[in-house]
Amino acid sequence: MFGLNKKDAGLLIVVAILALAAPFILNPFPEGSAMAQFNAGYPDLMQRLVIFGIFAIGFNILFGLTGYLSFGHAAFLGVGSYAAIWMMKLLTMNVIPAIVVSIIIAGLFSLLVGFISLRRSGIYFSILTLAFAQMSYALAYSVLTPITGGETGLQPKYTDPRVLDKALEAGQQPRANLFGLEMNQGFQLEMGNWVFTFNAGYYIAAVVMLVAFYLSIRIFRSPFGMMLRAVKSNQQRMNYTGLNSKPYTLAAFVISGMYAGLAGGLLVAMDTQVGAERMFWTASGEVVLMTILGGAGTLIGPVLGAGFIKYMENIVSKINKSVLEQWFAFMPDGIEDVLVAIIYPFVGKGWHLTLGLLFMLVVIFLPGGLVEGGQRIGKMFRRRDANANSIEADAAEQRKPAAE
Amino acid sequence: MAILEVKNVGKRFGGLQALGDVNLNVAENSCHAIIGPNGAGKSTLLNCLVGKLIPDTGSVMFDGHSVLGRKPYEINQMGISRVFQTPEIFGDLTVMENMLIPCFAKRDGAFRMHAIESIKHETDIIGKAEGMLEEMKLIEKRHMTASSMSRGDKRRLEIAMCLAQEPRLLLLDEPTAGMARADTNNTIDLLKQIKEERDITIAIIEHDMHVVFSLADRITVLAQGTPLVEDTPDKIKGHPKVREAYLGETQDAA
Repeated sequence: MFGLNKKDAGLLIVVAILALAAPFILNPFPEGSAMAQFNAGYPDLMQRLVIFGIFAIGFNILFGLTGYLSFGHAAFLGVGSYAAIWMMKLLTMNVIPAIVVSIIIAGLFSLLVGFISLRRSGIYFSILTLAFAQMSYALAYSVLTPITGGETGLQPKYTDPRVLDKALEAGQQPRANLFGLEMNQGFQLEMGNWVFTFNAGYYIAAVVMLVAFYLSIRIFRSPFGMMLRAVKSNQQRMNYTGLNSKPYTLAAFVISGMYAGLAGGLLVAMDTQVGAERMFWTASGEVVLMTILGGAGTLIGPVLGAGFIKYMENIVSKINKSVLEQWFAFMPDGIEDVLVAIIYPFVGKGWHLTLGLLFMLVVIFLPGGLVEGGQRIGKMFRRRDANANSIEADAAEQRKPAAE
Repeated sequence: MAILEVKNVGKRFGGLQALGDVNLNVAENSCHAIIGPNGAGKSTLLNCLVGKLIPDTGSVMFDGHSVLGRKPYEINQMGISRVFQTPEIFGDLTVMENMLIPCFAKRDGAFRMHAIESIKHETDIIGKAEGMLEEMKLIEKRHMTASSMSRGDKRRLEIAMCLAQEPRLLLLDEPTAGMARADTNNTIDLLKQIKEERDITIAIIEHDMHVVFSLADRITVLAQGTPLVEDTPDKIKGHPKVREAYLGETQDAA
């Protein structure tokens, strides 16, 4: 199907079903119940899940295949966002030109950054990309204020020229749309106590994510993808096999930069504002975490990692002291206070602490990320004689020293 | 006719003159061995041929073209393949993928952006790689991760990868270093077979005299960065200067 083998097509279908049924899957708890705060099926979060999924898929093409660890990918996300918002200010509130231009501009910027950074490898490459990202952040935050809006950032206003759209009335808020379909449009489906929200913006982002995912599978299975893994495995042999590794790594860098630009453009399409903090180094670090947590070099890993981190960021961070007190209210006062005091640092604003601990556990016990965890669980339930490899098996095998 | 002409090549590392004034002609379709004690400059010379090092003086001509100043991948594309002392293969990739990469490099050159096509549809390349693995008796290991193979198998794979590029000159840097006797003999047989069946020139650096004398048509003895003598194996064996500089100490070891 679509030029994929059975396993890859199966994986794509599973991801497609998950993405399209996400409003159901992410809302398992009835409205008003105590567990309702674990529901993630609201448009804003669902959009973020798939958009950061795209970001991580692209990052994985660089890091997972070539092993070059870029610590500045948020810069491309940010550049894509600024490009998209300017399209919305100057051209039209339609998201198509915004997204297309964000990919192009991010691609050009990553070509420049990659051309310079790829003169070095290893830690020096990482530091160079980090330096570029922090310079971009500093420029966006202060020096380039006329273009970037500095501290306040940018958003479309009714006074913008927008040459392709009809003029808006004074005070009217411009809304991002796809040929008239506004991103925040949607409907709610009530089934008993459950409420499911279907949102136009989410579905547009989800379809784009599926296309991005499909392309990444094709890249993984192409001769080009194999060459990128060869770069990671042995650059010396590559050079002595008549292959110039530099254009390969640069192409991978630019492709992943374009994925980041696409994610940035989509972020703006869903929520029409942008600020410089989007390019801060912590944002670059986050995509590294997503990829490693999910499983670098695997197809589905980055998507899982992105979903996992964004879910935690939005759900665990909302558990505050009063919620904890409510949970443990049935206990005697003394014990309740102790439990709340123990758990409190790990939730709410302390969600990074939980994330950090989980990240450490995954890296130590599951070097292949969540994907490896899934494989191990799968193995436990499968009979030993079964020859069937799981969908990600070959990626996992490549990672192992395979001395067994 | 000489396919490789090394003229007056010199290389200095700080205070150490690694190569003095090396002149060397490797005849087409011959097997030329370069021997010499440790520190004689054998590896430095080899590195000068493949573009890893640039000599301070002199010239290196391959098939009438200078290789100096070219990058290793460019020199490789000219037709020089190199086998390393420790097998350099793509350890994380499967044996089959290891074999596919040089086949692609031969067909598509140093870079080609074939990012959407599936490898599965490259039937010519797959056929060539499989044929090569068959010839090297590695076909049943095609799905193995390359790093998990034995040293002898890695060496065979590396040679196969070099041959898949159809090079005109094959450079071998101590191909049997660290090998058991049986593996060494297998490697000798393999190299003999390659020499007989293919239109290829072989230049080999080797410590093991057994290997050198069973393969080489001509031998150059290098000592302290300069060629001492160049002659046929039979004459080298009896040469007094060579015995003094080299064979005397290694015969004990062998």
